[in-house]
Amino acid sequence: MLKLTGVTKRFGSLVANDHIDLDIRQGEIHALLGENGAGKSTLMNILYGLYAPDEGTFEWKGQQVKIQNPRQAIDLGIGMVHQHFMLVPVLTVAESIVLGQEPGGFFIDMKKAIADVEALSKKYGLHVDPLSKIESITVGQQQRVEILKALYRGAELLILDEPTAVLTPQEIQELGQIMRNLVAQGRTIIIITHKLKEVLQFADRVTVIRRGKKITTVDAKGQTEEELAALMVGRHVTLKVDKQPATPGRVVLAVQNLKMKCQVGDGEVRDISFQVRAGEIVGVAGVDGNGQSELVQALTGLRKTTGGSVRLLDQDITNRKPADVREAGLGHIPEDRQKRGLVMDFSVAENMVLGEQRKYSSWGLLQYRQMTELAQKVIAAFDVRPPEPDYAAKSLSGGNQQKVIVGREIHREPQLLVAVQPTRGLDVGAIEFIHKRLVAERDAGKAVLMISLELDEVMSLADRILVMYKGRVVAEVPGPEATEEALGLLMAGGGTHA
Amino acid sequence: MDIVVLFSALVTATLRYATPLMLAGLGGMFAERSGIINIGLEGTMMVGAWAAVYGSFLSGSPWVGLLCAIVAGLVVAAMHAVASIHWRANQVVSGTAINLLGAGLTEFAMSKIWEQAGQSPRVTAMPEVVNLPIVGKLNLFIYIAFLLVLISQIALWKTPWGLRLRACGEHPLAADTVGINVIKMRWYGTLLSGFFAAVAGASLSIGMVSRFTNGMTSGRGFIALAAMIFGKWSPGGVMLACLFFGLSDGLATICQIEGIRIAPEFFNMAPYVITILALAGVVGRSTPPAAEGIPYEKAH
Amino acid sequence: MPKAGKALRDFLGELTVPLLAIVAGLLVGVIFILIAGKNPIAAYGALLESVIGAPHKVGETLVSTVPLIFSGLAIALAFRCGLFNIGVEGQLMVGSLATAWAGVVFGGLPWYLLMPLCILFGVVTGAAWAGISGLLKAYRGVHEVINSIMLNYTALFLTHYLMTEHFRDATGKAGSPPMAEAALFAQGLIPGSRLHAGLFLALFVAFLAWVFLWKTPWGYEIRAVGFAPGAAEYGGISVKWNIVLAMLISGALAGMAGAVQTMAISGKFPDQSSFSGYGLDGIAVALVGRNHPGGVVLAALLFAALDYGGRNMQAVAEVPKAVIMVVQGAIIFFVAAEGIWRMMKNRKPKAEVKTA
Repeated sequence: MLKLTGVTKRFGSLVANDHIDLDIRQGEIHALLGENGAGKSTLMNILYGLYAPDEGTFEWKGQQVKIQNPRQAIDLGIGMVHQHFMLVPVLTVAESIVLGQEPGGFFIDMKKAIADVEALSKKYGLHVDPLSKIESITVGQQQRVEILKALYRGAELLILDEPTAVLTPQEIQELGQIMRNLVAQGRTIIIITHKLKEVLQFADRVTVIRRGKKITTVDAKGQTEEELAALMVGRHVTLKVDKQPATPGRVVLAVQNLKMKCQVGDGEVRDISFQVRAGEIVGVAGVDGNGQSELVQALTGLRKTTGGSVRLLDQDITNRKPADVREAGLGHIPEDRQKRGLVMDFSVAENMVLGEQRKYSSWGLLQYRQMTELAQKVIAAFDVRPPEPDYAAKSLSGGNQQKVIVGREIHREPQLLVAVQPTRGLDVGAIEFIHKRLVAERDAGKAVLMISLELDEVMSLADRILVMYKGRVVAEVPGPEATEEALGLLMAGGGTHA
Repeated sequence: MDIVVLFSALVTATLRYATPLMLAGLGGMFAERSGIINIGLEGTMMVGAWAAVYGSFLSGSPWVGLLCAIVAGLVVAAMHAVASIHWRANQVVSGTAINLLGAGLTEFAMSKIWEQAGQSPRVTAMPEVVNLPIVGKLNLFIYIAFLLVLISQIALWKTPWGLRLRACGEHPLAADTVGINVIKMRWYGTLLSGFFAAVAGASLSIGMVSRFTNGMTSGRGFIALAAMIFGKWSPGGVMLACLFFGLSDGLATICQIEGIRIAPEFFNMAPYVITILALAGVVGRSTPPAAEGIPYEKAH
Repeated sequence: MPKAGKALRDFLGELTVPLLAIVAGLLVGVIFILIAGKNPIAAYGALLESVIGAPHKVGETLVSTVPLIFSGLAIALAFRCGLFNIGVEGQLMVGSLATAWAGVVFGGLPWYLLMPLCILFGVVTGAAWAGISGLLKAYRGVHEVINSIMLNYTALFLTHYLMTEHFRDATGKAGSPPMAEAALFAQGLIPGSRLHAGLFLALFVAFLAWVFLWKTPWGYEIRAVGFAPGAAEYGGISVKWNIVLAMLISGALAGMAGAVQTMAISGKFPDQSSFSGYGLDGIAVALVGRNHPGGVVLAALLFAALDYGGRNMQAVAEVPKAVIMVVQGAIIFFVAAEGIWRMMKNRKPKAEVKTA
């Protein structure tokens, strides 16, 4: 049905796609597997007309075609659901679905739009409220809107980019069913993913991409996770982190009945009570949007709470300012390294003292020499490349930016390290490195609170696992006993709490 | 003076003051709705005002003048569009440049053509039409302004074009992925801002005073921006905000007519102070289109 | 010292865009001079001559430079915090008024007390006026462009009211009485011109601004807020407070512009029906100066030369001074359109590369 030949794409000196050939058969579910940064999304963005390839040809249903913009892709029958949704927050669901192909002539026929959306919704079992605004529906619902958008335009080939990042294990199963339905109705699906399990569960065939090159295309049946991982990374990969059992010491963080107002669950995150001890890693599992971000903001002083308390060692840090919280011994690796963790236009050295700039001054003047020395130390310890304290943070790759942040926070020797999505968007090498450092911190007697949307990461690193659902902590599970099925159930609201 | 005459004077003064503001405000709104910040309304108004006078001077017809103004406004807007969209300029800077250029070019033209101290001779103005009760005849521009508000309101909220325009201003990447040509839409938004600002300038020159004076816009382009924010980037809101400003000016005039001993400066100040108070308290956070001012780069 | 060397290299590197823009702007001027039917070489020659042709002319040019330096610094500093302070006109005006008032009321003091006092009044008033904008923006979310434009007009009408109602001088003309002699800057540093010591103050303040922004933690915090408010907040830097602080400093600089002008040139606060124009010119100066204190000084010099020379260009070469406004506008336009320069140099901006 679709054949890509020799597709090449360069960004400056980086070759994102290197002469990739791909052929997709009608009616199959084809997985594009590769680690973060391999080039999978780039390839699909080229197919969808968002990027222009430097070389390569496309053949669609036997005909040579050129796809220069999304409109052409849509006209051919290609639809794409991006990893970061392409939805306008202030528009309604119906408006978002029909945007660009609105029914009616001079005026938008909103009635017809709503009716069409409802019909499509029923046909494919994707339930949404046409009149809600995008900004007020859940992430899972937004994904359904994205899929409906593609279907509304008559997509025959659907590209799904990392669709399961925002779903619980149960919702992932539902998505699998939806995909099978779509295939049964004659559609073809390409799914981009770095998750080995999903490939084995859903795909008919899988193409492995590594560092911009296509490695191979194989049938999904009969593969094992280890084999796929080896293909993906190019060497033997240990899928679990080596660690000694934990020897927890004193209580470092004590959260008691914490609550706050927010856009989660029934409008509140509440009844949060847990402890983190020195020498252990407590992981917080949950689907995105169940209050984890808000909890972290409350702990780190970025959000006001309406009740309860947070104690760090012997200090009450409830509702204190971020500067005070850090002073009390909390280190924070934030969720969004570009918006929160770094001032992209500052140099690495300047970023290294973010939050401590007054300590690195004397008589009102910044001590650049000391700042540079600090930066050099951290750069060396964390293998940041390029090793230049004067380089602007924005010129570093994502992995190196994250290392700067992790290095900075760990260097300050906090008693409690709060790490949120510490390995998001990183390649396997960087992920391994950061996981090792987190375990090292724990072994050195620090307390680590890790929030992650990757269940695998939580399960392999955490000594104890908390599950958050709709703004509450619904369970606490010891690490060694945790199973994906049990956690998945809890993450979706099943289990002990109603 | 009897109450009817007073009322008529108030209404007329309000509408006269509000009309150029409404037109310019609509212009700023369309640009920002598409994602382009255009603070060069002041300079564009100046150019439009002058072009209208020159056109009317050459041809004897205000309609030709209006046409000249529109053409001039589109040219100025095109400059801003090229700089902002294609050269990815800082849009605030580009707008500032246009303000300076507008003032300079019009003054230059004035000195070249009519060497009289900064003022053009009288030209044929837009007629006053339609005998309304109480207020009598109003300048055609006033009707044009209200009509354009109505058309804008419908266009922005009820048509596919309006929906797409708004999408470009909020989340251009999302619009791009459904096949909308963001570049084209932003050109539309910017050109419209030039069109409206030029008509606003024309309404000042051939609408109100029948001549061009150097610097005659005196900051109205900036007040229009305030009205746009006050009106929450919606045509109806802009209209109401401008009427409010106009009312304040109208009251100042009335007081002078009546010889009421309130220092006129207070009425002059009032709209500004009230705007601040309103924005700070009552109106609530005015949120602009989310992606405005950020050049859209197709990640090619 | 490697650090100083780097700072200098950065500074010089930043100069290329403005220089190209200036050249391009001057070329645009050539076109318009030709349209006016005059000789561009004669015109620019007259401009140059009227600026550097005689010592007193240099002096007068420098006189025009002083308020532009202060105003440009005010706007540049606000820009560093991500704020567009269009309110310099109003802040400058209230600063002038306060200075004039102090110069009259405290007229009995000796000059070494009176002058700093007058400057202080101007600075504090300007800062306070800008502080209103800052508070509105930080705590109520009112966009600073709008609230400062509103405050500009409020300042205009308020001062006009105060002048017409409460301050009429001996001849019945509205305006403050003249300040005491001791409050005035002596003129004539270059004989024949009105050049005054305010110039040194301006240069010194520019140096202080540079030190503040890049050498102090408070400047670091303001720049962090300007570049990345999310990261600043995460790092414990108060975004709201820094917005207010930046506006206060910016207003202080604007107030100083007004104070120095009053103390050096006008000697009193006359009734004004329109803005001085230094605020708008300051925007141009800050932009061409790339929001860097060194650049601001150079750009102020340029624009002052264009302004002063332009007036003479009209008298001598009969070229309308409006051409200068066009040149200035063109320069700003080309500064804004950095994209073209980059395209011409075929250098891609360092952006985040999208992969996977």
